[in-house]
Amino acid sequence: MKATIRNASAFALMLAVASVARAGTLEDVQARGVLNCVVSTGVAGFAYPDDSGEWHGFDVDFCRATAAAVLGDPKAIKAVTSTGKTRFTLLNAGEGDVLWRNTTITFSRDVGVKLRFHGVNYYDGQGFMVPKSLGVSSAKELDGASVCIQTGTTTELNLADYFHSNGMKYEAVTIETNDEARQNYLAGRCDVYTTDASGLAATRSTFTDPDNHVVLPEIISKEPLGPATRHGDDQWSDIVTWVLNATVTAEEKGVTSANVDEMRANSKDPEVLRLLGAEGNQGSELGLSADWAYNIIKSVGNYGEIFERNIGVNTPIGLARGLNALWTDGGLQYSPPFR
Amino acid sequence: MAAVPIEDRSLIARLWSNQETRSVIVQIVTMAIVFALLALVLRNVAINLEAIGKEFSFDFLTAPAAYDITFSPFIDYTSRDSHLTAAAVGILNTLLVAVCGIAAASVLGVTMGILRLSRNWLVNRIVYVFLEFTRNVPVLLHILLVHGIVVTMLPPPRRAIDLGGAAFVSNRGFFMPSPVFEEGAGIVAAVLVIAVAAAFAFRRWAKRVQAETGKIYPVFWICTAIVAGATALAFLAAGAPLSWDVPELKGFNFRGGAALRPEFLALWLALSYYTACFIAEIVRAGILAVSHGQTEAAHALGLRRNRNLQLVVLPQALRIIVPPLVSQYLNLTKNSSLAIAIGYMDIVATIGGISLMQTGKEMETMIIVLGVYLVFSLLISAFMNWFNRSIRYKER
Repeated sequence: MKATIRNASAFALMLAVASVARAGTLEDVQARGVLNCVVSTGVAGFAYPDDSGEWHGFDVDFCRATAAAVLGDPKAIKAVTSTGKTRFTLLNAGEGDVLWRNTTITFSRDVGVKLRFHGVNYYDGQGFMVPKSLGVSSAKELDGASVCIQTGTTTELNLADYFHSNGMKYEAVTIETNDEARQNYLAGRCDVYTTDASGLAATRSTFTDPDNHVVLPEIISKEPLGPATRHGDDQWSDIVTWVLNATVTAEEKGVTSANVDEMRANSKDPEVLRLLGAEGNQGSELGLSADWAYNIIKSVGNYGEIFERNIGVNTPIGLARGLNALWTDGGLQYSPPFR
Repeated sequence: MAAVPIEDRSLIARLWSNQETRSVIVQIVTMAIVFALLALVLRNVAINLEAIGKEFSFDFLTAPAAYDITFSPFIDYTSRDSHLTAAAVGILNTLLVAVCGIAAASVLGVTMGILRLSRNWLVNRIVYVFLEFTRNVPVLLHILLVHGIVVTMLPPPRRAIDLGGAAFVSNRGFFMPSPVFEEGAGIVAAVLVIAVAAAFAFRRWAKRVQAETGKIYPVFWICTAIVAGATALAFLAAGAPLSWDVPELKGFNFRGGAALRPEFLALWLALSYYTACFIAEIVRAGILAVSHGQTEAAHALGLRRNRNLQLVVLPQALRIIVPPLVSQYLNLTKNSSLAIAIGYMDIVATIGGISLMQTGKEMETMIIVLGVYLVFSLLISAFMNWFNRSIRYKER
């Protein structure tokens, strides 16, 4: 009888879609042995599966960093793919433990959708890409154009605001995924593709003729992209926050995947020693092992390494650090101290 | 298991062995289980919403939607309008594609159904192959296929195919002149209404005459003449109060005129021909089900071929055709929710898509979407049931 009740409630739970957002995500993940990350359906450089089905990219590496911190194994991840529309539902329904999916932090998502944001892993802004042959040099010349946008994104709202405030008209061609948007843009269904500038660079890198397309100079919005978790689990929120901070601090202190062992053994800097677990007990305060941050740096690298490996100037995406340089280099990446 | 007193056991046994009380007991238990499950689900929803701190409310509907919907033929919508207006736009777009789809699917379906019965081997086989191919490929693929063809095969606006300088075909859609009514158009419209009424009156009169005397008038042609003639005369008398807004290439796109967008076109065509294939088989089945003796009897009475079809075969076939036809109409309406795949802004894409995403109100928006489809389906069902009753065999 008890089993029947349990089955019935499991069934009901399934119907109710949202499973209870319990505290204790950390225990769940450790018991499962796998971290479920909500990622996109595929954006070059940020999150994409290779031929063997293994996921790579900037966001995926942060997911791996989280797995390295929590489970000690950067490979113990499962990518939960989501469109712009389904991502928060998947997270809130408990399908994913954490969302690393070039997601803009906004008031309505933080407060209305009930998410926790944990800092910015990429400072972005919305831009426009057009074929060179159109002869357009500014977004102000786009009156009457057909614009491809991904549905369920902040870009959709920025676009409406931008054209409205500039007194211009446009035809919105609403598409579900980056891939479909790319196809429609290349087929000429729309004149312009708009999304975050990083996404434009990533998409352009997949074209056969990237040089025939230009990204217009106007950046029409602030798009701080960052990880998100559900409400109601402060411990888990802290972990995700400090995973991001650890990568930034490591870069600031010059700790890389190559020298992390040496730094842990020989560094004179107390903050580096605290970060790498050679001193203090920050790991156990987070509910993790002492070498949680060491594992991140050792297996995935610091912020700069993650950036350069996936989307930096030497990759096909070719993004400069720009706003995402460390604060000491004139950028905005700044981590609170490990103290 | 505790021992049950003998009297009680016999009471239960007696109740159980009685067929009537047994069926009542079974029904009560089933009901209780269903309601308990339902309560459990609702309770879970409430607990889960509470746990993530979400409030169940429809207040968001009055807030500005903040996103644009380009395809809004009935409402003048801007991004400053509310989520409710956006929902209305979506509902009307769903209705539009459903109504157009049902009309096209019916015409195409009946035509193919009859062609499928053709004695011409080639026609028969071509239709057969088309039917089998179409019916056995999921409708989503058809939608993507048509959309892909329109978007990739047709030229961009600057190299649009020019149809006599007034209409243009491009991968941004089919652009046609749209009529602009000027002063005096109201009179023409009034005359048109009167003419249609007169045509109906004539039809009734002609029927009565036929019933009394057997004399047959060419009702269809006379009605057409009344409607077309009167309207044309009124149109000329009012000084032709009509001009055309011709689309023109300005900047990136055509402006002015009326446009059939690729998204609407793809959804409409794909849903129509897909559903038409099922309708064709239903029509064929209906016609084949009318006993051949009926046709022969009608021939023996001297009825010509098309009168035979019109008066003997079709009325009987309709009775078989209509009930399965209803479910095809319902399928088409529900399949229109696949619009999201190609970016046609129907109810699922607007309130059930962008609004859901921007406000985080999954439960509320989905309830609205479900409600809308339920109402549509019930309305179609009710109408078709009424139609079915009206053509039912009437015992005299």
